Amino acid sequence: MKKRPRIKIPEGVKPGDVIEIKTLATHIMETGNRKDAAGNKIPRDIIHTFTATFEGREVFSAAIGSGIAANPYFAFFLKVSGPGTLELTWIDDEGETTVEKVPLVVA
Amino acid sequence: MDDDFGIKVIQRRDFVLGAGAAAMLAALLGEARALARSAEFEAALAELLKGATPRTGGIDMDLPASIDNGDYVPVALGVDSPMTGEDYVKAIHLLSPANPRARVATFRFTPLSGKARVTSVMRLAKTQEVVAVAELSDGTLLMGTHSVDVKVGGCGT
Repeated sequence: MKKRPRIKIPEGVKPGDVIEIKTLATHIMETGNRKDAAGNKIPRDIIHTFTATFEGREVFSAAIGSGIAANPYFAFFLKVSGPGTLELTWIDDEGETTVEKVPLVVA
Repeated sequence: MDDDFGIKVIQRRDFVLGAGAAAMLAALLGEARALARSAEFEAALAELLKGATPRTGGIDMDLPASIDNGDYVPVALGVDSPMTGEDYVKAIHLLSPANPRARVATFRFTPLSGKARVTSVMRLAKTQEVVAVAELSDGTLLMGTHSVDVKVGGCGT
C-alpha cells in the first residue's frame, strides 16, 4: 500500500478490558466486474485477507471478497490480557503484504 | 354443495381452478425468488449450512434500511456470546444474494476477541436482503437477514 493504514486503539487500557481496534487501509478494491473504455475486463485487485494477532495469537481475521468497499475498514475487539504487540496484516491480489505492529500500552 | 355433516365439499371444477391458481402463484414466487437470489448465493449458503437448519435470529445486523450509494454501505454484525474457550463465536459470514459475488466476507473470532462483533463497509449492487450466518463453537448455526433499499448500486456494475 502506498499509504500506511490508519489504526486507532483506545488509550488508558487496563488488563481485562475489551477494547475496539479500528483499522482503515487505502486500497482500490477493484472488483473484477468492471470494463475499461475499450471494453476489456479490469482484473480484480482486492485485499483478500486481513488478520490481527496479539503476541502471536489470532484475535480476528477476515476473508474478503469484492463486496467489501474500497479503502476497507474493519473494527473488531480485543480482550486485553496485558501489554504486548498487536500485529495487523493486509494481503492483496498482487501479493502485496502490509504489516503494522502496534505496541499496546497497558496501565 | 354441503354433505350431511355440514362440511363443504369442494367440487372438482373448483379444485382444478384453485390448484391451477396455486401453481401459477408458486411459479411467480419462484421466479421472484430466483431474481432476488443468485445461484452463486444459493450454493454459498448451502455450503455454509451443510444441510443443517440454522436458528433464526441471534445476530445483531446493523445496516441502514435504505442507502443512496451502494458503493459504501456501513455494516456491523454481532452475536452475544461469553467468548470463553468453551463457548464462543467462531465466525460470521456475510452474504449478498444479488451482488455479482455472493460471498462478501467471512469474519473469524477467537476467545481473545472478547466480543463477537465486527464493523465494516460493504458494496450492494441493488436492493436486496443481506444474509449473515454465524457459526458457534458448539456447532450451532444462526442466520439473520436485513433488507437494504439501494438507490444507486455499487460493485462497479
